[in-house]
Parts: sequence; C-alpha cells; structure tokens
Amino acid sequence: MFDSQVIMMLLEGIRDTLYMTLVSTIVAYVLGLPLGILLKVTSSDGLKPNKIVYGVFDVICNIVRSIPFLILLILLIPFTRFVVGKSYGSTATIVPLVVCAAPYIARMVESSLNEVDPGVIEAAKSMGASNMDIVFKVMLVEARTSLIVGATITTGNIFGYSAMSGTVGGGGLGDIAVRYGYYRYQTDIMIVTVILLIILFQIIQNIGMKIAGNLDKRK
Amino acid sequence: MSEIVVKNLSKTFDQSEQKVDALKNINLTIETGDIYGIIGMSGAGKSTLVRCFNFLEKPTSGEVWIGDKNLGALSEKELRAERSEIAMIFQSFNLLMQKNVLDNVCFPLRLQKVSKNEAKKRAKELLEVVGLTDKAKAYPSQLSGGQRQRVAIARALANNPRILLCDEATSALDPQTTASILELLRDINKKLGITIVVITHQMSVVSEICNKVAIIEKGEVVENGLVEDVFSHPKSSAARELILRGDSEKTGGTVETLNGERKIRIVFSENSSFEPVIANMVLKFQVAVNILRADTKNVGGVAKGEMILGLPDGKEIQEDIIAYLHERGLEIEEVTGDV
Repeated sequence: MFDSQVIMMLLEGIRDTLYMTLVSTIVAYVLGLPLGILLKVTSSDGLKPNKIVYGVFDVICNIVRSIPFLILLILLIPFTRFVVGKSYGSTATIVPLVVCAAPYIARMVESSLNEVDPGVIEAAKSMGASNMDIVFKVMLVEARTSLIVGATITTGNIFGYSAMSGTVGGGGLGDIAVRYGYYRYQTDIMIVTVILLIILFQIIQNIGMKIAGNLDKRK
Repeated sequence: MSEIVVKNLSKTFDQSEQKVDALKNINLTIETGDIYGIIGMSGAGKSTLVRCFNFLEKPTSGEVWIGDKNLGALSEKELRAERSEIAMIFQSFNLLMQKNVLDNVCFPLRLQKVSKNEAKKRAKELLEVVGLTDKAKAYPSQLSGGQRQRVAIARALANNPRILLCDEATSALDPQTTASILELLRDINKKLGITIVVITHQMSVVSEICNKVAIIEKGEVVENGLVEDVFSHPKSSAARELILRGDSEKTGGTVETLNGERKIRIVFSENSSFEPVIANMVLKFQVAVNILRADTKNVGGVAKGEMILGLPDGKEIQEDIIAYLHERGLEIEEVTGDV
C-alpha cells in the first residue's frame, strides 16, 4: 500500500512520539512530583501549613494550566530556543510539554496524597515519625496506586499534546498526520497515523493500569 | 509513681469566627500500671484529651507531664523521641494498607532506626504475643477488624512503650471481639506493666478492664476515681447518665416519672442482695412503691445491683422507709430530676 519511504517515515514518527512522550513525562515528574508534595505539605490541612508558599505555587499552577497548550507552545518559542537551540522538532517540543505537564502533575500528586487516610498519618505521628518520614514512608507508599494511575493518565495527555505540537512542526506521528492529512489531503496516511496513535495510547494505558493494579494491596 | 499528670489543661479550637472550648481546666493524675478509663458522650472532648497526652494536639494552656518530662517544654525532636514511649491505637486501626502485617509492625522500629533484621525478629515476637503469627505475610485488607486491631496493638508495643493510649479501640468491633481485645489489653498491662489509658463511650469497656475512671462532659472532668467508687455512687448527672443508661447502644433503659415524686436510689452490694428487702419493706409499711428502674451490673468484678424507687406520698412514711432501708445496711441516695 505504501512505499518503503512512507513506512520509514511512520516508524520514525512512532519513535519520535514515544521519545517526546516518555522524556517529557519523566522530566515533568522530576518537577511536578516535588511540587505536588510541596502543595500537599503546605496546604491548610498539611503537615506544615504555609499560606504564602501554598498560595504562590497554587496560583502558578492555575495560571499555567489555564493556558491552552497550543498557545503555550507558541508563547514558549523564545524560551524553547534558549533551552534547546531551536524551536521545532521533537526535542524542542519537550520543553512546552514539560511546562504544560508539570503543574498538571503537581495537582494530580496533591490529590493522590489527599486520599491518604489522615488516621494513618496521625498514627505515624504518634509513633514519633518526622514530617520527612511521613511524606516518604507513609504518604507516597500509601498513595502509590493512585500516583501510578495519575502518571498513566498524565502520560496519555502528554502523548496527545505531543501530537498537537505537529501543527508547529513538532515531529512525531502528529506532525505526519497534520502534514499529510491536513496540508496534502492524503487521507490514507492520516488514518494510518491515527490508528498507530490509538494503538500506542492503548499500550501505554494498559501497562500503567496493570502496574497500578498489581501494586494495590487494599483489595 | 505518676505516669501521666495533667495540670490545668485547656484546649480551644479557633473555628472561623467562633472559639470552641474543647477542654476546660482538666486536672488528672494517672499512676504507673493503671488502666485508666476516660468515658464520655461523643463530643465531650475525650479524644482531644487523649491526643494531648502525646501532644498530637497541643494544649492551649496547661501542662502535660509524662514521667518527669513536661511535653510542652520539649523540642520537636525530643517530643518525637518521647512519643515512641507513648504508643497509641485507634478506632479505625490506622494500619498501612499497602504494607503487610509484618512490615506494619516493623514500621515504628524502622522509624527508630532499628536494623531490618532486628526489626523483623522483634515484629515476629510481637505477632506471637497478639496471636497472629500465621498472618505475617497477609495485608490488612485481608484481616477482620479484631485481627487488624491486634496488628495495631503489636505495632504499638514494638518500641516497648511505657504508656498505651487507646482511642475508642473497640468501638468498631463486635462484642465478642471487643472482649478478646480487652483481654489482650489486660494481659499487656499485667505482663508488661504498661500503663493503659482507655478512651471510650462504652460503660462496659470501663467496667470490664479499668481500675480508675474519669467522666468527662462538655470538656470538663466531672468525676474521677476508682471505678468501683464512681460506679456505685455516681455523683454527677453525666456519670449517672452513662452508668444508669448503660451503653448508648442499649435503649429504653429509663422510665418516665411523675414530676415531683420523691425518688431514691438504692445500691445493693454483694452481701445485701440475699434478703428480699424491698418485699419485706412493702409488707411492713403496707404501701406501694414504684420501681422506676432496677439493674444489676458487673462493676470491677463485683455484682452490684441498684434500684430506683418512687416513694409514696407523705413525708412521714417516706422518712420511715428511708430509715428502714438504712437499717438494712443499704446505701440510699436521693435522686432528683429525670432518672
């Protein structure tokens, strides 16, 4: 149906999409996880309530999350160019993906940690646990299923956003779909990329949910 | 020796725009080896009080002394160290749901930097004490409520505490399981000499295991002392409410009474229940008395009976009846208000 050139291009698209998604997710977690923990710890019912710290990060998270990704992508072009040296291609796309995902992850982490039974935290305190102990030995352990579910959902979102960056030459399957399907009216290539996107998405979701389920000892 | 001394303790919660006095000027002394019951209706402040004993709640004013340490004067770090001496168990068990039984018991040991192997060894010993050796690898979700509380007790004992605080530890359990947990607590108190503080709203829990009791109502200790004394001569209305109405789950314990009727409470001790005193009294005076309430309770291992009588009209006959009962060696007390 397609010549080898198109197939090569699709394979490269898969590679680029996975590269953008995974690297962005990892980097975004490096930023978002501590931020989420910070939000939970400084919130009014947290271990060390601090209105100012919570307020500042709360507002930052909300501002970034309220900017549509496509606009963030364009807004961040100078910053992206500063960080990676160019504003197009898969590596460049990672920058706005991380900026977009980190506050989202912080919220996901905060809400996962909110689910931890306050009684268990109280019990740990009664045993003489420090706040560090409580965060790392109680909260993150007890919330791990929820955290992994959150990570799976986040990865799915970043995956979707990475395809969106195709509109500005971001690389990956989304880029191919936009160039062939939208600019050249080659519907067949577009459909194939969409099918590939669906399959990849399913694989990511299933792996994540499976890990989360296996780790859950509550049932 | 006094294990826990509470001096003039008050706790006020600032809730938006209004202040709630959860505890008002509490003074208590709990001796080493006591099983001390703190009983009150829900909302009386007993859970807040017990949390002041390990400073999970910091009192607004007043002092809490554990042994020779004033908790309020300790640094955060010293306080954490002190807390490992004051274990606590809870109504909802509060186990780590993602860790198995053995790791749950190891948890406080690991917090105190005990090595992994040593912690495991100690945890296994403790599981033996609470009779759950075969459940070491199980997760809390696979256990029954009673088993979960046993794990919590094992976990509480891990650091060899001097004090064990029990916050409604049996309230989520059925009567049979409650009995077995109380049995275990009594054993721990006897064998390990751990002072136990029991917070409960169940009268039966106090009469089952406690030697002393404090009754708390609206943030104040209204009565305290030996269980036997408090239960046989409750002075405060809150105490009467709790003791006479018994456990809150039992309903229909009281009788509507005519207002203005003179009422007396008669307490039968173990040796006064042989003679049919009331029947003899009725025969002697040829008057009817209204039995408003009659009950026998196991208080501190002694069967105690009590009865509330509505007396017939007429000052003279009333006094005669009271004198007659006094002669028979019964303890009499006037009852006012609702029974």
